[in-house]
Amino acid sequence: MSEFLLELFYIVGCVTFIIGLRKLSSPDSARQGNNIAAAGMTLAILGTILFHKNEAGEGIGNLAWIVGGLVVGSAIGYVMATRVKMTAMPQMVSFFNGTGGATSAIIACMEFFSSDSTDWGFLLVAYLGIVVGTVTFSGSMVAYGKLDDKIKDVSGRLMTYLNWLMLAVILVLMTMGILSPETLGANGGWILLGLSFLYGIFFVMPIGGADMPVVIALLNSLSGIAGAFGGLIYSNRIMLIGGILVGASGLILTALMCKAMNRSLMNVLIGGFGGGSAGSAKASGEQSYREVTLNDAAIMCAYASKVCIVPGYGLAVAQAQHVCHDFEKSLEKKGVEVYYAIHPVAGRMPGHMNVLLAEADVPYPKLVEMDDANPQMPNTDVVIIVGANDVVNPAAEDDPGSPIYGMPVIKVWEAKSVIVMKRSMRPGYAGIENPLFFHERAKMLFGDAKDTLSKLVGELKNL
Amino acid sequence: MQAFSEFFLQNQDMIFLVVLAIFLGTEVIKNVPALLHTPLMSGSNAVSGVVIMGSIIVVGHARPDDTLALVLGFLAVVLGTLNVVGGFAVTGRMLSMFKKRK
Repeated sequence: MSEFLLELFYIVGCVTFIIGLRKLSSPDSARQGNNIAAAGMTLAILGTILFHKNEAGEGIGNLAWIVGGLVVGSAIGYVMATRVKMTAMPQMVSFFNGTGGATSAIIACMEFFSSDSTDWGFLLVAYLGIVVGTVTFSGSMVAYGKLDDKIKDVSGRLMTYLNWLMLAVILVLMTMGILSPETLGANGGWILLGLSFLYGIFFVMPIGGADMPVVIALLNSLSGIAGAFGGLIYSNRIMLIGGILVGASGLILTALMCKAMNRSLMNVLIGGFGGGSAGSAKASGEQSYREVTLNDAAIMCAYASKVCIVPGYGLAVAQAQHVCHDFEKSLEKKGVEVYYAIHPVAGRMPGHMNVLLAEADVPYPKLVEMDDANPQMPNTDVVIIVGANDVVNPAAEDDPGSPIYGMPVIKVWEAKSVIVMKRSMRPGYAGIENPLFFHERAKMLFGDAKDTLSKLVGELKNL
Repeated sequence: MQAFSEFFLQNQDMIFLVVLAIFLGTEVIKNVPALLHTPLMSGSNAVSGVVIMGSIIVVGHARPDDTLALVLGFLAVVLGTLNVVGGFAVTGRMLSMFKKRK
């Protein structure tokens, strides 16, 4: 009877996960979906505690330890989730991702070290659980540190070779451990654990800030896959299905992010923009740019009929999302139509800009995806670029020498005029020159994004 | 080959589940708009906390005098719960911000 009840709880849990993910296809139903999935998870946890039996038919014991863990974890998780600033969301997501990976790694280790089974199916799954779980954990924690500016980028050719070497050793050890379990024994598990830990650190370390969306999506996928291996160890269907769903979703996101940068996953993981430091030879000559005064910029916007704002990571750094919304509202008061054009990899994680602007109360129908925004460019009067650079670089379209040639970009130069808000003329990530700044329709407005936007709001009031 | 076919037949239910779940996951997630990619990530992240079942099973069936297993298992429960609760809470917080009009 109790096994029946357990499986009943599990199947309901699986269905809630699928419904929850399905409801994410629209912002109107997404919140309900999240609640449904959370309820399903609670049910599955309760079911496990109440009805799970081991082979000897004993129920779950050590309840104090379990309930204690649940309470401590819930308290910390809830406090962290409610306190975190929206601008720190990429770090938070990486951190939670890492804790999930650690859980998988711990349970895979415990099963591996406490078992003397030589069944290759079990060994394969246990090894994979240890490796994928540990890589997810250490990789996510490094990603967390990098996003939080606690860890700097370290890269170099040597690192690439070292990574390949470690990966190769991990694969060889796993194969050995499965084919002849006696030779390696428990030591194999320890070595794999240590190597995976190092590999997770070293594979995320060299990856630059602008490539972070790809890595976070990939780590997200790995955490699901690690969970699925846990499901295989225990023949637990909800762990398996939950894990696979997450693995699949993370892989799709990873592929989408790679596509949005026109790079292969391999290329991102190896790090850097190939030999990108040379940049484009064409753009580095003497060129002049034009500046625009605050007052002129305000006038241009106020008398336009359609204005587009293109946000980038700079908006998050300057915490300028609220004042950006104020700016948009002041323009709308003057009868100007305003929309935001959002590049899929703008920011540090998939969908980063959307979350920031939603936090500032920008209604989501104004947040337009790149593919829908591009056709609107020719009849947009003014484009304002706030802290974005590579995602509006025309070199991606017309300069085969540029490291980002072929990457889909927002074609802001097709609009009637462009105002670029920027701290200085320094090139952005990877030092790629941006010919947009020298474009005949573009004007520069230097300064901190938050500061400049609030001054623009002031100027608009006086008009 | 023989070993493989035996393995397949022994675990065929699980293998079917894995394959079908991959396709199901792909189909379901394909419809999520770029607008919601961050909540998708943090929400699915919370779902991956489903490994907490494993940690409960480990602790629940550990011998009461096996302190190492209890402590490690406890740690796994804490980390897993952090993932689940934190993930769902942060996703809920984000999603409550997406509004059509005020």
